[in-house]
Amino acid sequence: MMNRRNFLTTVGAGVGVMALPSFPTFAQSTPSGGYKRLLILVELKGANDGLNTFIPYADDAYATLRPTIGIKRDQVLQLSDKFGLHPALETLMPIWNKGEMAAVTGLGYPQPNLSHFRSIEIWDTGSNSNQYLNEGWLARAFDSVAPPKSFVADGVAIGGGDLGPFAGGALGSRALSIASTDAFLRQAKLADPHGRASNSALQHILKIEGEAQSAALNIDPKVTLKTEFPTHPFGQQVKTAMQVVAASPGVAALRVGLGSFDTHQGQLGTQAGLLKQLGEGIKAIKDASVELGRWQDTLVVTYCEFGRRAKENQSAGTDHGTANTQFVLGGAVKGGIKGMHPSLTQLTGEGNFIHSADYRSLYASLLRDWWGFSGAQSEKVLGGKYGSIPLFA
Amino acid sequence: MNAPETFKTVMNRVGSLYWWLLALSVVVLLLVAGIAPANAQNSAALPMGFDEARHLLNRTSFAAQVSEINEFAKLTRAEAVDRLLAETRRQASYPPPAWAQTYERPYRPDMTQEERMKANRRELVERGLELRTWWVAEMLSTPSPFTERMTLFWHNHFATSQQKSRSATLMYRQNVLLRKYATGNFAAMLREVGKDPAMLIYLDGAQNRKGAPNENFAREVMELFTLGEGHYTEQDVKEAARAFTGWSLDGDTGEFRFRRAIHDDGVKKVLGQEGRFNGDDMITLLLQQPATGEFVVGKLWRELVSPEPDNGAVKTLAGHWRAANYEIKPLLRDMLLSDAFWAPENRAVLVKSPVDLVIGSLRQFRFSVEDPAPFAVILRQLGQDLFNPPNVKGWPGGNAWLNTTTLLARKGFLNRLFRADEMVKPAAGAAMAGTSAMDAKPTSEPKDAMTITGQTTAQLMDKDLVGANRQRAQMRLAARGTETMTPAALPAFGVANQLRGQYFFNAEQWFAQQPKQREMNDDIIWRTVLAGPPVQASKDVPPTLVGLRSLALDPMYQLK
Repeated sequence: MMNRRNFLTTVGAGVGVMALPSFPTFAQSTPSGGYKRLLILVELKGANDGLNTFIPYADDAYATLRPTIGIKRDQVLQLSDKFGLHPALETLMPIWNKGEMAAVTGLGYPQPNLSHFRSIEIWDTGSNSNQYLNEGWLARAFDSVAPPKSFVADGVAIGGGDLGPFAGGALGSRALSIASTDAFLRQAKLADPHGRASNSALQHILKIEGEAQSAALNIDPKVTLKTEFPTHPFGQQVKTAMQVVAASPGVAALRVGLGSFDTHQGQLGTQAGLLKQLGEGIKAIKDASVELGRWQDTLVVTYCEFGRRAKENQSAGTDHGTANTQFVLGGAVKGGIKGMHPSLTQLTGEGNFIHSADYRSLYASLLRDWWGFSGAQSEKVLGGKYGSIPLFA
Repeated sequence: MNAPETFKTVMNRVGSLYWWLLALSVVVLLLVAGIAPANAQNSAALPMGFDEARHLLNRTSFAAQVSEINEFAKLTRAEAVDRLLAETRRQASYPPPAWAQTYERPYRPDMTQEERMKANRRELVERGLELRTWWVAEMLSTPSPFTERMTLFWHNHFATSQQKSRSATLMYRQNVLLRKYATGNFAAMLREVGKDPAMLIYLDGAQNRKGAPNENFAREVMELFTLGEGHYTEQDVKEAARAFTGWSLDGDTGEFRFRRAIHDDGVKKVLGQEGRFNGDDMITLLLQQPATGEFVVGKLWRELVSPEPDNGAVKTLAGHWRAANYEIKPLLRDMLLSDAFWAPENRAVLVKSPVDLVIGSLRQFRFSVEDPAPFAVILRQLGQDLFNPPNVKGWPGGNAWLNTTTLLARKGFLNRLFRADEMVKPAAGAAMAGTSAMDAKPTSEPKDAMTITGQTTAQLMDKDLVGANRQRAQMRLAARGTETMTPAALPAFGVANQLRGQYFFNAEQWFAQQPKQREMNDDIIWRTVLAGPPVQASKDVPPTLVGLRSLALDPMYQLK
């Protein structure tokens, strides 16, 4: 398989020898290949309760597990004769009704870890429960098939936190972390890549200085969107993400985050408020993508470290659990319910769901069916063979 | 206790020591200048000179001050290393928070959810921050930075996170343990770390029982603490886990307790040996493996010498180390006196950790720090949240410290550190007194004073300590800050404002430390501040805050 270094060398040689002179300059600003399709990950920080989000309302066991905080049957937004959405996700119903939204259920991994920090690391690095990887799964993806050099970056983490799935890429990778485009453009003024690197550490630093500086130059602060974004923090993150998309020559993936979903007590109000923000934010992504003429090329995928305990706790909340349901939305999505919801009655000894699909099968679908990775490339990135989920056909 | 008061006092005492050293160094300089040009010493039998002294101190301490560098410059390499090792300590000098003395269960089974959340907030947010602040204060004020560097090295090696162990007291006790052995005996440290309550919780040792083994500690002690990957089998992990059964802790005292009833005393076959091994036997077996020394020495090499260990040299050092019963000081001496440590190609090749950068900058430029708490928060923002390494592998370190976010955050921090126009100037004449500068009053109101990031400490508690509970914690911190604000008793170079975490740097005074040196050698400023020639900044540094800022923002400043 082609690694990044070879890839860059090959591309570089091609461009230098023949391609560059024959292409008009604007060709560089048009994303090419699989990465013209944009991936936007939405992290539901603190672990969203999937059972009250994608609700098996027709199952009698649901009411038994959730006597206090269960969503009443007549409030559930019906998706099928078995499942429905939390009412706070009303803004997503038009997207569901258009067949552009999939619910992928039963996602988890063997020997689940119930620590927030460790389990999100497992999801971010695409590792096994007992495996410690230094690179994010998308960093590995970009190392094996590099996004176009004309892009502002391979991946951008919005919100100013860690790089999550983009962290730890090889020398050629370009991952940015941006709290807001304004702050980034201001901070990046301190970046200065000039000078000679006398060792590899210095080389690494100058590379980052260069990335920050060129990303700052490639984000046009004058480009604005007509779409109105929600004023809450998640809406503003979405706004920053879509500004990067609109004002730059391209980016392969972005991550935004919303939380905290860690609802150990008093879950009803907290989760309803957060899901409302989630729905509004995703709708704004769609509106902005439509405005940019990119909805067919945009995919929104939610994820989090785990789901929550099947049975509610004594404080009208839920404790850490395992398998969960996530959503995939986009103009190219073939909507519907994907996968098998875990049984509500056959639980683990700790009262947790037994996952029916490995979370990496979702990643495999994104790599293969969204970006066009070969089976072998996907297998290398994910450290194993995972069947893909039929998201697009 | 009143932490800022105590901290001030300690810093003041340290400050006086610096003045004494400064005076001494001037004398020394006059003596040394004639016989030992700073850049010409390669022979180990002669005084090191300025550059070698700086290299040694910056790899083993937090960025050294000119006076310290000059002090060491007159020593031979061996004299200098022996002095550093002789000055190491086994205990912290800064007093710990009062709660650290007693153990209290973070949770009791009879607690309501509300009480649990309150306890969680207290342990993780409040005590967690006080614990981090305490360590930062120790690093800023210790007379033996090498001790703290090594304590941090072992914290990273035996990585344990308060996120899982919860109890701030247990994390404090582990830190005390790591410092006690930081330059002592590795074998003894390993034995005690295995029984350390925070570790027993962190790696589920306390859940490891006969018939229902938990392999977490058994696996990590082999993979990450001793042998390294590839030197043991899955079967070894299973058998070792059986040997460690019964290592548990007493819920009331938070102390180690061996529970015979859940110990598996059957025969184990592990690492090619067979016997009724218990946990102590298992540690003995691990210490007998040559791989253990090689693994740890390799890691120490990456900490002190270069990013890519010389395998032959590592094997030799590890062999000597095992023969010396894992005494750490002889190993450090060997490594610091090795040719590789001094090799020109190994200078300025290591990326500073956030602790190196933050603590080093504050110490080297003698920043007056009123409250260290905000710096503990900044360390987290830069990717090194003390007592909370990302996982049992610790911080990856090296080049991984830096990405666009963390590098820009570092540069933003440095830029603000050296932004003179926002600082409170001390009253004229008070700065150079050298004895009781604490009496001086600032010339402007606290509101004009420098804050660390333009945010309050409370605002800096920005993220994920306990998610939704954060706002309440922020309000509490804000309230506490207001209470302790005492603008009437302002020290010379800062403003007593715990909330805003102010600090002050006196550039004039700093430059005044080396006027004689400057006449002899115009390079002395960048050679003090940087590990190698500046990449972007001018070598001819104007003796101003702007000049220092240009060096601090140079890529070379990120290296040691």
